[in-house]
Amino acid sequence: MEPYRQSSLVDVSRQVARSRRDFLRTAAGMALGSALMPSGAFARSGTARTKRKVVVITFGGGARDQETFAPEGQENIPHLMRDLLPRSTFFTQVVNRGILGHYVATASLATGVYETINNFASLPPEHPTVFEYFRRDLRRPPSDAWVVAPSNGFNRIGESNNRSYGPGAGARVILPKHLLAAASKGRGDYEHLLRDNYETPYYAPALQGGEFELRQLEEILKLSVDDFKAHARTLSSPDELSVYIVRQLMRQVAPSLLWITMHDIDVAHAGAYSLYIDGIQRTDRLCAEVWETIQKEPEYAGKTTLFILPDFGRDSDEDAGGNGFQHHRTGDPLSRTTWMLALGAGVREGVVYDRPIDSTDLVPTLGSMLDFSTSLAQGKPIQELV
Amino acid sequence: MQPRDLKPDHFKAYPPEARKLATSYVTALQRLPLSFLPSLLREVIDYDSKFPAERKSLEKELANWSALPEEKEKEWVRGFAQITLSTQLEQFDWVNQPAQFVEQLSAYLWTTHQMDRFRKAALDYGDRLQAAVPAEIPPIPRLGIAVIGQQTQGYDRPLFRKLRPQGAHFTRVKPENGLRELLDAAGERAKAHPIPYGHWYIDGGEAAPRDLALTTVSYQALEPTRAAILRKVRAEKDKPGMGPEALRTVLAQMGPAELGFANGVDPVMERFQLKLFTEGSGTQVFSTTFAQWAAREALRRAQPCTLLVRFAPRAKPMNDLLGASQDQATLDPVGALIDGDFGAYYNWLNQQRLPGADKGSFLVWYEDHNEALAIGPGLPKGTESTSAASLKDVLSWIT
Repeated sequence: MEPYRQSSLVDVSRQVARSRRDFLRTAAGMALGSALMPSGAFARSGTARTKRKVVVITFGGGARDQETFAPEGQENIPHLMRDLLPRSTFFTQVVNRGILGHYVATASLATGVYETINNFASLPPEHPTVFEYFRRDLRRPPSDAWVVAPSNGFNRIGESNNRSYGPGAGARVILPKHLLAAASKGRGDYEHLLRDNYETPYYAPALQGGEFELRQLEEILKLSVDDFKAHARTLSSPDELSVYIVRQLMRQVAPSLLWITMHDIDVAHAGAYSLYIDGIQRTDRLCAEVWETIQKEPEYAGKTTLFILPDFGRDSDEDAGGNGFQHHRTGDPLSRTTWMLALGAGVREGVVYDRPIDSTDLVPTLGSMLDFSTSLAQGKPIQELV
Repeated sequence: MQPRDLKPDHFKAYPPEARKLATSYVTALQRLPLSFLPSLLREVIDYDSKFPAERKSLEKELANWSALPEEKEKEWVRGFAQITLSTQLEQFDWVNQPAQFVEQLSAYLWTTHQMDRFRKAALDYGDRLQAAVPAEIPPIPRLGIAVIGQQTQGYDRPLFRKLRPQGAHFTRVKPENGLRELLDAAGERAKAHPIPYGHWYIDGGEAAPRDLALTTVSYQALEPTRAAILRKVRAEKDKPGMGPEALRTVLAQMGPAELGFANGVDPVMERFQLKLFTEGSGTQVFSTTFAQWAAREALRRAQPCTLLVRFAPRAKPMNDLLGASQDQATLDPVGALIDGDFGAYYNWLNQQRLPGADKGSFLVWYEDHNEALAIGPGLPKGTESTSAASLKDVLSWIT
């Protein structure tokens, strides 16, 4: 126990706290919403329930306010600020009260319950996922719920081990890096797209990909191995690869519930601030590209709601127990508090809500919007969206 | 085993000085809750390789526990005593492997949703300890210096944005001999105030010529150590059951001899440098991360009066961190400038956490360019100076 603490940093902490209230003050046209302004979501969108679609993007892994929507961070997210925010309902305080590890936190987002599974183990969530609720209640086929996820750990996120749901009841999961590993068979210059784990920068487990992945490529995504490899050569990061796959999936399969987990930002664990910022800027651009695809694809245009939210933040500069942006280990309030942006069908445009909501509120909100039950979720539907 | 069962004999595997220390305070240690004690033992077991400032504060902390009246003691540990632990943790060999215990405790606290409670208990404890055993004010006001942007040309974005509100921005600094002037100033402080590990120079590249009174760490000089660690990682990473946590444990168990240190010359510094690579994240890969983390650890542990940190260009990212291609990595000076700019802010924050922060000063200079920012008791905050000045002049205004 060292005498190395947060003395004389109170002023800095106060500034940080104030910056949340100042969120978006500089963004044009955003009105402060109140809980008395329910959205009515799809009820107002005029879209038949059976045709509704939802896309969720986790803006990951782990981004702080001060590098995103806080005044000094807005320069890093020009696409979100300029293109998406004016069309959005924006929540300035999304609090994650669970474990701040990327897999377990994303699993918690997907179940609406703070999961406690080992972040580094290949385990399914313990509670039913949104994909299982969605498919059972709405009687949807497996092809209607998909997850595009970044790394090894996420391959179990599509369905829980809950007895009432579980194997076969959830989403299909596609791991673009596994596709590339299978297609390239370890040859070619693809290392920059196959980076799988930033938590320990020097630990890079081998990626596996085989016949199953090759069949996914050809039968589902309608991509030849050669075309896929040729396109991959033009990409600069794993998340770019993910978004390429997302576009193919939207075009070829058009799932109604699509969950995209971004991960480039987690390069911050290597401690290089410039790379962390690069990751945020790239994710900002990729989110806009997904939105653009939604507008262009006939299966999605006009009937899709897009949610964008970080899985959690990163450690505060002011917490002596951490090393600022590099990690998410202290559990301080800044690392637990992020934002969410919702836009598209049924969502009010240009409204900001400053009240705290919970990470686990997302699943019940999706349930209310699409009309399926999320009985085992802990969160509550976000009234401003349903 | 519970803390109340502790006996002097349990510390027989500790290094000699640590054993002596633990044994002399065993009665006090017996009264501490298990959720807290291993954190303290993690410091005690490393006592032999600690810096003087660390030793002194640990001794004071133990003496404080020993002297606390029973009622006060209960009050101090109340938050920790409310933490529930698993049987597995209770049965763990926390006396001899306190660091591993703490790692497992951390995972357990997260999964049982006790992290926030533990965090509050730790912060409360820190505040109480600081009030009861104030850390020592340094014999001279601290001086931190950061030199950033080596080999960078043509960067037109504003620098020092996080630090500008704290000090004066100089836009016409004379760059000639700038590094020499700063190193000389650090060296002069070291000679005038000879304190063991009291004056440091950390370089993210090759260390420049400097006064030998400065405790020096450089990325380039530690290249053999870095290479040995990467070799170890390559050898271990594909073994069955290996994962990030297991690998971290393997690295933490590596000793100085295994990493090519001339064992015994300065065991304290050898241990310090080894930990930069085995406990730091990204220090093995990026020189900017190394420089920032080394500065953080030097400030936290050695509490120097003088710290000069020079950031060097870093390798381009992460395509193949473990492959041979790292050895011929291309450099990214602009990326390193941005890293260094933010790293300088962290250096200042970390310096501010130490006693005597109100009297300390800080200077950051964009190497070979005209821009610098200085923070000190005598300088107005949030100001800009367009007057020509040497770095020596600027230093004289803040020290």
